[in-house]
Amino acid sequence: MKATVLVRPKPGILDPQGQAVESSLRHLGFAVAEARVGKLVELEVKADDAADARAQLERMCEQLLANPLIESYEIELQDDT
Amino acid sequence: MSRTRPLVAVPFFPGSNDDRDAVSALERLGADARRVWHDEPALPDGTAAVVLPGGFSYGDYLRCGAIARFSPIMGAVTAFAADGGLVLGICNGFQILTEASLLPGVLRANESLTFVCRDVRVRVEQVETPFTSRCAEDEELTIPVKHGEGCWFADGDLRAELEANGQIVLRYAAGENPNGSVDDVAGVRNAAGNVFGLMPHPEHAVDPLLGSADGALILGSLIDAARLSNAALV
Repeated sequence: MKATVLVRPKPGILDPQGQAVESSLRHLGFAVAEARVGKLVELEVKADDAADARAQLERMCEQLLANPLIESYEIELQDDT
Repeated sequence: MSRTRPLVAVPFFPGSNDDRDAVSALERLGADARRVWHDEPALPDGTAAVVLPGGFSYGDYLRCGAIARFSPIMGAVTAFAADGGLVLGICNGFQILTEASLLPGVLRANESLTFVCRDVRVRVEQVETPFTSRCAEDEELTIPVKHGEGCWFADGDLRAELEANGQIVLRYAAGENPNGSVDDVAGVRNAAGNVFGLMPHPEHAVDPLLGSADGALILGSLIDAARLSNAALV
């Protein structure tokens, strides 16, 4: 089952990378604000069904993919049927 | 005090690059230091302290220290720490210890987004620790930093708790904060007091020829404590 995990800096956490990207975009003439930079992890997970896949992905996020102190995550299952 | 040279294990990972400097500094300060590859499931017999060195374990992929913490040797280090064993993490070692939840907080990209490599002055906030016993209260040490992700962060509640417990051991001196860490924190210890991590590199400051010998106060304190814990075992 294909899955996408989005990892974001939590709201309120300073994101210097987002700020640098935002300032660069402004230099290019774009009117932007509040740019935040996160990570996207695409993977294939072996699972019995969507619920099993989701449960595994939750554990992956808690243990490795995100640091809960500063990051939140979102899980998307591609063939979520 | 026992005259023996306490055994200090220095686990190293693919991408570690300060392990040899750590061994050299520890040896020079009176320890028997031994590098231990990350794939080893156990620490050498008789290990009296562990120093996790600096570097870029696993290329800093995902987050600094996030992958190294699952190395086989880290299981042994975690068990050693749980038994009260002395563990010091320097720079990437500090990052690994926070990722392993052996130390509070997290180390993030420097506020400046640039790699910083220079001497900084840090103030010793706690001297009753196995890592700072050779320092004087409020003593300022000059020790180099070299990192891109040393911006320590913990939320306000956690910081208040750490402050109340005396877990904030080192702070950057006024105007010296190289990375934007909250409250100028440069080094923290765990609640039990046997695990300590810092961003500056004491192993690079053990001889005046290198600009400062202040790092020897930190590593020397650790060796003193390791010697005592060794004596307790015998």
